[in-house]
This record gives sequence, C-alpha cells and structure tokens, in this order.
Amino acid sequence: MLAPMKYAAPATVEEARALLAADGGARVFAGATDLIPQIRAGRPEPSMMIDLKRIDRLSGIARAGSTWTIGAATPTADIVAHAGFAAEFPGLAEASGLIGSDQIQNRCTWGGNLVNASPAADTPPALIVNDAKAVIASAGGERTVAAAEVATGPGATCLGADEIIVEFTLASPPPRTADAYLRLIPRTEMDIAVVGAAARVTLAPDGAVTAAAVALGAVAPTVVRVPDAEAALIGGPLTDDALEAVAQAASAACRPIDDKRGTVAYRRRVAGVLARRAVAIAADRAAADQRGASS
Amino acid sequence: MSRVHVTCTVNGDETEFLCDGGQTLLNALRDELGLTGAKEGCGTGDCGSCSVIIDGRLTCSCLVLAPEAQGAAVLTVEGLASGDDLHPLQQSFLEGAALQCGVCTPGILMAAAALLDRNPDPTETEVRYGLAGNLCRCTGYDKIVRSVLAAADSQRTTSQRTNTEETA
Ligand SMILES: Cc1cc2nc3c(=O)[nH]c(=O)nc-3n(C[C@H](O)[C@H](O)[C@H](O)COP(=O)(O)OP(=O)(O)OC[C@H]3O[C@@H](n4cnc5c(N)ncnc54)[C@H](O)[C@@H]3O)c2cc1C
Ligand code: FES
Ligand code: FES
Repeated sequence: MLAPMKYAAPATVEEARALLAADGGARVFAGATDLIPQIRAGRPEPSMMIDLKRIDRLSGIARAGSTWTIGAATPTADIVAHAGFAAEFPGLAEASGLIGSDQIQNRCTWGGNLVNASPAADTPPALIVNDAKAVIASAGGERTVAAAEVATGPGATCLGADEIIVEFTLASPPPRTADAYLRLIPRTEMDIAVVGAAARVTLAPDGAVTAAAVALGAVAPTVVRVPDAEAALIGGPLTDDALEAVAQAASAACRPIDDKRGTVAYRRRVAGVLARRAVAIAADRAAADQRGASS
Repeated sequence: MSRVHVTCTVNGDETEFLCDGGQTLLNALRDELGLTGAKEGCGTGDCGSCSVIIDGRLTCSCLVLAPEAQGAAVLTVEGLASGDDLHPLQQSFLEGAALQCGVCTPGILMAAAALLDRNPDPTETEVRYGLAGNLCRCTGYDKIVRSVLAAADSQRTTSQRTNTEETA
C-alpha cells in the first residue's frame, strides 16, 4: 500500500504549481501508469500525489484554425478515438494506441509518456516528427519547448522542479503530408519497444518528397532524429534506392544497448527495416491525402 | 494522518468511504467496501485482474488512487448481474467453462463488458485484442474468447427481440 502519501486534486495550474513549489517531495501525475508501478518497485514515495486530471485546461482535444491543442493529461484512448485528429496524424494516433492495454490507454497520457523519459516510450518519436510543442507552466509564466527537447536522458527532462506540461500544440500538416509509427516488440501487445520508428513525409503533386522527418525510439538514451535519412529522401521520388538509403542511415544513427529485448546488432538492423517501412507507409498515406488536392 | 473522505457511486449505489491518500482504489474496494471481486494479481497494471469500469472507462484499479474516485461512477464485477439474473457474459462463461481457478475472471468479465459496450459484434481478433490487458494462467484463453463471442451473440439476439417487441 502507498499509504502515507497525501492526495491533492487542484482545479488550476497555478494551484498545482504552488503545491509542487511548497513541497519538494510532491509529484504530479495524470494516469499514474508509470508512477504507481515505479513506487511499488521501490522508488521513493512522494509525500504528495498531485492529480492533474481535475484541471480543465489539461484535458481535451481542440482545433482552432490550423493549430491543434491537446491537454497534457488527456488519456491516449481519447486521442486514438478522435477521428478528426487521427485523420491528420495517423502515425501519432498509432503510437498513442500502442501503449499497454485498453485499461492503460484509458489512463495514460502524452505528458506522462514524455516526462517519464523512458528511451523506449512510444509517443515521443511520433510527437517529434510532427514537430509537437510542449507548453510548460513555470514560475515566470509559460514557456514553449519542442517535444524533442523535453527528455534529456533516461528518466531526465528539461523541466524544473515546479514546472508542469500544460498542453501540446501541433500545426495541422500541409497537404499531401502524413506520418506513420511502427514498433517491434516480442509479443503482439503489452510489451516495450525493441525499436520504434516514426516518419513523416510531404509529397509534391508530382510525387517528389519535399519534406521528411524520421525519428527512432529505444535505440539511444533519447529519441534519435535521422537527418541523413531525411536528406536522402528530399528532392526526389520515393525510389527503392532512397528507401535503402533511409534504412542505412537509420541503422547508422542508432546507439543502442544490449538487453533482454535485443542485442545491439539486432536493434541496428531492425531500426533500418522499421524506418524504411514507416517512410513507405507515410508516403502512401501522403499520396492518398486529398486535402488541398485541387490547389 | 487524516483520512480522505470519498463520495461516489459503486454499482449504482451512493457510497462513501474513508481512505488514505496513497491507497489504491483496488485496496479501498476490497478493504473498505468489502467488494472482493477485483483481485490484485500484480499491482502494476500488467495482469488486469483488478479491472473495473470508472465513468465508463475500463481501468486497472491497482493504478488508480482511491481519492480519485470522488464523484465518479464505479462499476465492479459485483454490479454486473441484475439481481438474480446473471449478465450474458457471466452466463456464457459458466456454460462455456471459461474459468478454472477464477482469479482472472472478474477482471476479464469487466474487460469483456467494456468491449461489448463499445463493439457489440466483435470478431475473434477484436476480442483477443480487447482482452490483451488481462492475463489468465489457467484456461489458455480459448474458452474465454469463445464465451465472449457467445455472449455477444446472445446479447444481440436479445436486443433484436426487444426491438421487435417494441415496434410490434
Ligand atoms: C502495463 C503497462 C504497459 C505499458 N506499455 C507501454 C507501452 O507500450 N509504450 C509506452 O511508451 N509506455 C508504456 N507504459 C508506460 C506508461 O503507460 C506510459 O509512459 C504513459 O504514457 C505514462 O502516462 P501517465 O499519464 O500514466 O504518467 P504518470 O505515471 O501519471 O506520470 C509519469 C511521469 O510524468 C510526470 N508527469 C505526468 N504528467 C505530467 C505533466 N503534465 N507535466 C509534468 N510532469 C508530468 C509524473 O510526475 C511522472 O514522473 C506501460 C505501462 C504499463 C503499466
Ligand atoms: S493487479 Fe492491477 S493489473 Fe494486475
Ligand atoms: S482461471 Fe485461473 S487465472 Fe484465469
């Protein structure tokens, strides 16, 4: 039992920040799907658990103009089920729908996934290829940080002790743009990535790639962007040679570890395969994207 | 330390209980409310034996703090039957011998109930994915999956009959 802890459910971001600032042992949580298992595994118990889910601004999915805003404590099940969002960000919806089971997805959040900073987390690569921004509440007001900048190492982030991620913002993708996320696990469900690969591709009407982003999870202390794969794609059509260059660049960009889920050599190999497939899927989706087709 | 006072509904009944701030909902259901259907298999979200439905969402009650239930509607396996009438899932689990030791059964019933609520006509694959968060050490899953499919069939037949009766 986790008995001695206090529980608080503030209604505003400011109250939550004040509680954090007043008590160095306090921790915020959303789904608690990382925090409670970690406490049970012997991590120090917080003196206070601050529930972020009663703060209106931290829950919900909204689009205003071309900007999507997703509350940091929104359960990923809601993101997966949001047809409008999933149509624009199919890969990010895929990554969100791979976390754990239905039980877990009804609770877990992007905020928790990113701040927990596991190298194998599923949503960060997909957030990063879509250039998601985290809006962070700080003592001096709010600051906006690229999702790619949040995790700084395994379990470490750029957040100060009393900072909270309030929401994520994402620009609606331009026409003929789509993303994809693939991961390899030893089972079909309920396991942690051996490798995760996210890609996003924008195509010109003639099929040439005009923009590309590739990011890998579980192959380094933090998510790895693969600029060489992006450079190999941009400017030309999606040929087999270009896809082979993506695979090689992805394998070369890995700095993996050996563990029970895979060896260094296996992870490198799989990273190449998944990166190539994710790019191909993203490009197929981009080609099928009818938004702005007549313009 | 002062205990937290929580008011919520459990299986449709207004309920209040006192708990500690760090106590899990699973623990409060079992130890404060005497509802021992939900089980603690792992305590870390992996096995699903603690599954309950909170405000319509299937969750592992071992990963929910009891004070979070304030104002919520909690449904546990004890609330599945209507009086003496078993839920179609309970009936089909009995008929299909979908349990052996029974430790996983309350959680699997809640996960299956949540699945059928969302998708009354699931394929076998959808049932298997829908139950991916629930482990069973005894049955090998096959009888569980068949029984969920059978319950879905019988629920649809019943609701079709009711619809026909209503329009007749
Ligand atoms: C059975 C099981 C299976 C899982 N499978 C996967 C998987 O397949 N892929 C995967 O990536 N993960 C998986 N996880 C891990 C976990 O579910 C995810 O990392 C999840 O996204 C965490 O979100 P949460 O809201 O539950 O985090 P919490 O546990 O609530 O919080 C995690 C950390 O983030 C901090 N935090 C949370 N929200 C904020 C915020 N808004 N601002 C600042 N700090 C914040 C907390 O203080 C804590 O340190 C699994 C977990 C379980 C139990
Ligand atoms: S006891 Fe909750 S998932 Fe195992
Ligand atoms: S019947 Fe024993 S664990 Fe499922």
